[in-house]
Amino acid sequence: MIRVVIPHHLRTLANVGKEITLEVNDPITQRAVLDALEERYPVLRGAIRDRNTHQRRALIRFFACGQDLSHESPDAPLPAAVATGEEPFLIIGAMAGG
Amino acid sequence: MSEVRVLVGTRKGAFILTSDEARKRWDVSGPHFAGWEIYHVKGSSVDPNRIYASQSTDWFGQLIQRSDDGGKTWAPVGNEFAYDGVTGTHQWYDGTQHPWEFKRVWVLEPSPIDANVVYAGVEDAAIFRSDDGGQSWRELPALRQAKGNLWQPGAGGMCLHTILLDPTNTERLFVAISAAGAFRSDDGGKSWRPATNGLKSNWELPDPEAEIGHCVHSIALHPSRPNVLFMQKHWDVMRSDDAGDNWREISGNLPSDFGFPIAVHAHEPETIYVVPIKSDSEHYPPEGKLRVYRSRTGGNEWEALTNGLPQENCYVNILRSAMAVDSLDSCGVYFGTTGGQVYVSPDSGDTWTAIVHDLPAVLSVEVQTLP
Repeated sequence: MIRVVIPHHLRTLANVGKEITLEVNDPITQRAVLDALEERYPVLRGAIRDRNTHQRRALIRFFACGQDLSHESPDAPLPAAVATGEEPFLIIGAMAGG
Repeated sequence: MSEVRVLVGTRKGAFILTSDEARKRWDVSGPHFAGWEIYHVKGSSVDPNRIYASQSTDWFGQLIQRSDDGGKTWAPVGNEFAYDGVTGTHQWYDGTQHPWEFKRVWVLEPSPIDANVVYAGVEDAAIFRSDDGGQSWRELPALRQAKGNLWQPGAGGMCLHTILLDPTNTERLFVAISAAGAFRSDDGGKSWRPATNGLKSNWELPDPEAEIGHCVHSIALHPSRPNVLFMQKHWDVMRSDDAGDNWREISGNLPSDFGFPIAVHAHEPETIYVVPIKSDSEHYPPEGKLRVYRSRTGGNEWEALTNGLPQENCYVNILRSAMAVDSLDSCGVYFGTTGGQVYVSPDSGDTWTAIVHDLPAVLSVEVQTLP
């Protein structure tokens, strides 16, 4: 199971707690995790990445295992600790004031 | 006894203010969608329990929320606003062409005859229509063919912020776009043409015949007389008596003819309201005095309405969608400020009180008059 943490506003929107667990087929990548997340919670389509191009929204960041993965390829494998469920995949609203 | 429900969109959520027809004691609910920018909330006149809200942030994008119980509960509906066909380009700040990019929904306008039909005005400027209560949206793309390549964003973005539906003619629509102008369709949105003849924007548009580029801030009409339009432009308050074919200035004795909203009295089609703002570079009331101006003559002759409004040290702004009227026998007038106040006048503007003082900056105010 993959553990995913989403920001406050998206928890409210999807009516979920801080952490979500998802079944994700191998290979475990950003794209696979986000596909599974949006499949389970369609209301999140468009809120994390563009619903058509799948480009990450400008003020969204991805972290795991102490690393900023925001600029990694969406098809790059996520760290092994995320794939085993030991560490969560973090979806964060960027610090951008306001 | 009748009731009024005031729908307030703010920078950090939506609020619903309700009162009986005396409009003295108010119940405040909210924030709904706390922390999100709510550009507009508007109810259907066909089914007043049907309310639509535009919810967005720069972080998480656009959502449309719908309530079917008068704002007690909400559920997200469709938020896919895909431009029709080849997206095309418009003019950018540096004069180059720039592709259309969807940013947010500025305005939602429910149909006066079908609660499931609602229009959305968006940034970058376009108009969308839903026929299923907001679940799905399709663009009316002909609007962008009305010289859309010449449109360019203003300071607030290239937003379509005003949609007026002629209640006597379902085929006729008016829209206004910042820094682009006003447009009219007579065939339900299949074709559009600029409705800007008579507008003057001398500094920005040296060509006196320019159809595109006028910075229209808002337009209002009275439902009994939909051919008469009132406009608050960047500078100038304007009037058209022929459905936007021709405009003439009615600024008259206003202390400043710069401003954002304009509204028409519910029962007196020649009584109109504006809130003068000092200038395009100083977005607050002249002399620090918050004054609504009322004309009972359809323009040119204006009186200041000050009773109950701050007359010193007031430096708020009143944004384009932040003024509305109710339709009780004694017409109520409402407006919200960037300082978080929402004011009500239950007597057509003669006296004012603040319903709330400390909301987030108010982006929009709409009113429902309930039986």
